[in-house]
Amino acid sequence: MRKLSQGERHRVSFTLNGKTVSGWAEPRMLLTDFLRQELGETGTHVGCEHGVCGACTVRIDGDAVRACLCLAVQAEGRSVDTVEGLAEHDGPLSALQQAFRKHHALQCGYCTPGILMSLSDLFERTPHPDEDQLRDVVGGHLCRCTGYAGIMAAAREVAGEQGGGDAD
Amino acid sequence: MKPVNFDYYRPDTVDEALDLLAEHGEDARVIAGGQSLMALLNLRLAAPRALIDIAHLAELSYCRDSATHMVIGAAVTQAQLLAQPGLADAVPLLAQALPHVGHFQTRNRGTVCGSLAHGDPSSELPLCLATLEGAVVLRSKRGERVLKASDFQTGLLATAREPDELVVAARYPLKRPGAGYAFAEVARRHGDFAIVSLAAVAENGTLRLGVGGVADRPAARTWQVAPGEAPDDQLGDALNEFAWALGGEDDIHASARYRRDIVRKLGRTVLEEAATCAS
Repeated sequence: MRKLSQGERHRVSFTLNGKTVSGWAEPRMLLTDFLRQELGETGTHVGCEHGVCGACTVRIDGDAVRACLCLAVQAEGRSVDTVEGLAEHDGPLSALQQAFRKHHALQCGYCTPGILMSLSDLFERTPHPDEDQLRDVVGGHLCRCTGYAGIMAAAREVAGEQGGGDAD
Repeated sequence: MKPVNFDYYRPDTVDEALDLLAEHGEDARVIAGGQSLMALLNLRLAAPRALIDIAHLAELSYCRDSATHMVIGAAVTQAQLLAQPGLADAVPLLAQALPHVGHFQTRNRGTVCGSLAHGDPSSELPLCLATLEGAVVLRSKRGERVLKASDFQTGLLATAREPDELVVAARYPLKRPGAGYAFAEVARRHGDFAIVSLAAVAENGTLRLGVGGVADRPAARTWQVAPGEAPDDQLGDALNEFAWALGGEDDIHASARYRRDIVRKLGRTVLEEAATCAS
């Protein structure tokens, strides 16, 4: 059994976007704050901090989840993916990111990293999702600019193009 | 906001988790998916001194059918259950209700048993358990007991779980031959907390309706339907009586009157849908 005492900082290590990272966290530290403040990875945004808005969505072991509803210490040993990992540094944007740019799917951009991570999970599970599946996933996010039409247009384009023709 | 300070425990076995619960009792909270508890912690509505993480316990990560029930371990996520092959044949009501539970992103972490232990009155999984007359398995160092859904949830975010007990599994009754099931809910946005949620079972000349989101816990009623008889008028009266008996109140999301209307109208629709599936 492992006990991590309150008020003390504990070493937390996991794989972030394919690279091993580590930092120090009290048991109560949220994964969002660990990513941003301890690791300096500020692509993951903090919105409501109670799981409603979706701005902080990251992928843990491939699954899109709310980073604000996860403790940093719970990510120990796991594989975490954030928006920083969608494209190589200075490399071309991913197909999903390019579609977002083309369709003006981001306005202020605050909700964008979370939506990208949710959709990247969906597209890996289901290369050609239908409209209901897209809406189900995007429905887990709030865009305060209400720019959903562009977001859905970008998502539909990727859903139609991707995968090279194999059935789901 | 951020959670208060707590000691974080990651037991390696259920027995270790039970030791911790026996030691810390009311000062401890159990976390599995954390999709309800983490929000409470962040808002400081919950302030435990000890947090006991059971999410990784392989002993609790199973889903299996007994002769009469699907038994779902406490580490099984809602997404895992939804992806379970044959769920729509085994427990059709769960297959219909699960897509309404939170969002894709919260189902990936949120557990079935965690939702039951949290006991939100508008939440879908406790409603399904109450409507199907399922049960919750609780374990402590003192032993194990099985509580019927109606004995388990005692009110708003309140259950009969003792402070030293761990919810180890949920038992959802399997589909019975010839029975029909239906689910529907009204929410402002898909994935939001339901204003009213409804689950129906039609079987052997009986209709059973469960309602969530109105009373302080899910409530269900069963009515006899005479074979070959059109139940229209009687059903309308029965639904009206049930809608009033639930004692809903006005709140920021909806008026009590609107909730009664949903019970009367959507209640009839889900009962008819269940009856159609049954035949």
